[in-house]
Amino acid sequence: MTTAVLFDNVSRYFGAVRAVDRVNLKIAEGEFFAMLGPSGSGKTTCLRLMAGFEQPTGGHIEIFGETAEGVPPYRRSVNTVFQDYALFPHLSILENVAYGLMVKGIGREERRKAAEDALAMVKLPGYGTRRPGQLSGGQRQRVALARALVNKPKVLLLDEPLGALDLKLREQMQEELKSLQRSLGITFVFVTHDQGEALSMADRVAVFNEGRIQQLGSPEEVYNRPKTRFVADFVGSSNVLSADLCRKLGLKASFASLRPEAVAIAPPSDGALSLSGTVASQSFLGATNRVVIDVEGARIAVASPAARGVPPIGSPVTLSFAPSDLHPMEDA
Amino acid sequence: MTIVAESIILPERRSTAGRLSDFFWRHPHVLLAILLGPPLLWLGLVYLGSLFALLLQSFFSIDEFSGLINYEFTLATYRQLLTDANLDIILRTVTMAALVTLVSAVIAFPIAYYAARYARGKWKALFYLAVMLPLWSSYLVKVYAWKLILAKEGILTWFFEKLNLLWLLDAWLALPLVGGNSLSVSYTGTFIVFVYVWMPFMILPIQAALERVPQNLIEASSDLGGTPAQTFRYVLFPLALPGIVAGSIFTFSLTLGDYIIPQIVGSSRLFIGQAVYAQQGTAGNIPLAAAFTVVPIVIMGAYLWMAKRMGAFDAL
Repeated sequence: MTTAVLFDNVSRYFGAVRAVDRVNLKIAEGEFFAMLGPSGSGKTTCLRLMAGFEQPTGGHIEIFGETAEGVPPYRRSVNTVFQDYALFPHLSILENVAYGLMVKGIGREERRKAAEDALAMVKLPGYGTRRPGQLSGGQRQRVALARALVNKPKVLLLDEPLGALDLKLREQMQEELKSLQRSLGITFVFVTHDQGEALSMADRVAVFNEGRIQQLGSPEEVYNRPKTRFVADFVGSSNVLSADLCRKLGLKASFASLRPEAVAIAPPSDGALSLSGTVASQSFLGATNRVVIDVEGARIAVASPAARGVPPIGSPVTLSFAPSDLHPMEDA
Repeated sequence: MTIVAESIILPERRSTAGRLSDFFWRHPHVLLAILLGPPLLWLGLVYLGSLFALLLQSFFSIDEFSGLINYEFTLATYRQLLTDANLDIILRTVTMAALVTLVSAVIAFPIAYYAARYARGKWKALFYLAVMLPLWSSYLVKVYAWKLILAKEGILTWFFEKLNLLWLLDAWLALPLVGGNSLSVSYTGTFIVFVYVWMPFMILPIQAALERVPQNLIEASSDLGGTPAQTFRYVLFPLALPGIVAGSIFTFSLTLGDYIIPQIVGSSRLFIGQAVYAQQGTAGNIPLAAAFTVVPIVIMGAYLWMAKRMGAFDAL
């Protein structure tokens, strides 16, 4: 398996701010890799380091085995889909898509054909003569994708490409992006702050916080077994059980995570762990009810199937869950 | 809640100002008319009216003997405008204006680019100060200062002498047309002063245009494989073009109309502005002066039309 992108102890400081702090990662060829984190966590800076817009303060970057430090963006076979698309407003859609081929000196007729094929691939055939200002956000997003893909990059970087789209369109684009990536076999590196997006699309996810990777693994690993408090909190709002509760449940670790959907409002069956508390609040989310239970001052969220009905606020309840759903965490 | 409103809708305001402001709120068009009326009246009647009256003058002619204006419609004045001596003046002025515009744009672009892309905080303030400061001092003082700088006994000659480059200056001054006895009495001198005096009018519009170009377009071009030269040619320059055109309108038209700089610094040959000044003053030939002023108007009209055709305003 070839390594597409390698970060070896890479740092990028802006003055005293450590935007990226000693990051190590290895992205395999053909992988759909997501970098997830809140704003200011360093994920976008990592992407810009791959694109060549930023140079590392320290460490070493390789793209397909070749050293990338000091190589300007225009000499990298890496293309970017920008967050706000960055389409050239003075050029037509066709000229936008053909731009990369034009600057490489490819003939007019050949690049027109390639650009039209790329537009057809993103389901915008015949839009070539329009201007970026005449397209909707979703259409512009597709043009930005076509403009990057027409160059047949080795690595495609996507900087929150779906951030500006509404929910329906976003879900549709998620699926299209994923099938596009599978059919093209290009390495996709995807930056997002939306954990649902990262989990549903990526082969592997790196969770960033304060310039460092908190956890790197498959979506299932990151979701089910968060390594740190931050990951538990950020990826799908796990319950974080304090040291006191952990001790009470007979656990050695100082913190443990417990997913809301792993908890049932029911008396414990054989071998299950249990806690008791009172209902503090509840909200209807469609398929489930989100019920927050007050357990000795700590709040534990439970995702209870909507069909089950919810005990009224203030009533005492018993929570039960399997010991295997309780995941000890590092203290961070 | 201790305060209970007496009514949901507050009583009408009693003061004159209050009533007036309520009235304007209900009739926003009246406010607009009051605000825009006087300046529009000024522009429309006083300014455009007098311009029209001036143009009308160019279709009259002057009586050779009495020196009085003959108020009969004729193209004789235009025939007079197109004589060799006058065409010479027009050609000289237009060439000078074009060169001043071109060189101003070339010098202004890097300065504007720096200011728009890199200067931050106090450096930006310093930039504005440096560009605007010359505009605060009198135009005449600046031109006379340049006459001294460019004079044979001036600092520039001294500087060339110290650098042992006097031969270069002399070689330049020995050239026909652009040369002369010293820089202060040559077209080169006129050119230098024009470029200096109009420079802020070129820098500021370009800077404003460049400031509006998002950084990520530059990055996108680079990302797609565009070298810095290609990024400049295909992205930065086309997007800055409206600013360059705006700046060139200033430098071009200001040079076309100026009559002081060529009089103080330069050879004794006339520019359009000087010709207008001489015709309406000493010569008392108002129709010919009017015909001369038509020339810059026609040229600017043609220039704007061409700029529009070339798509300079598409990005606006």
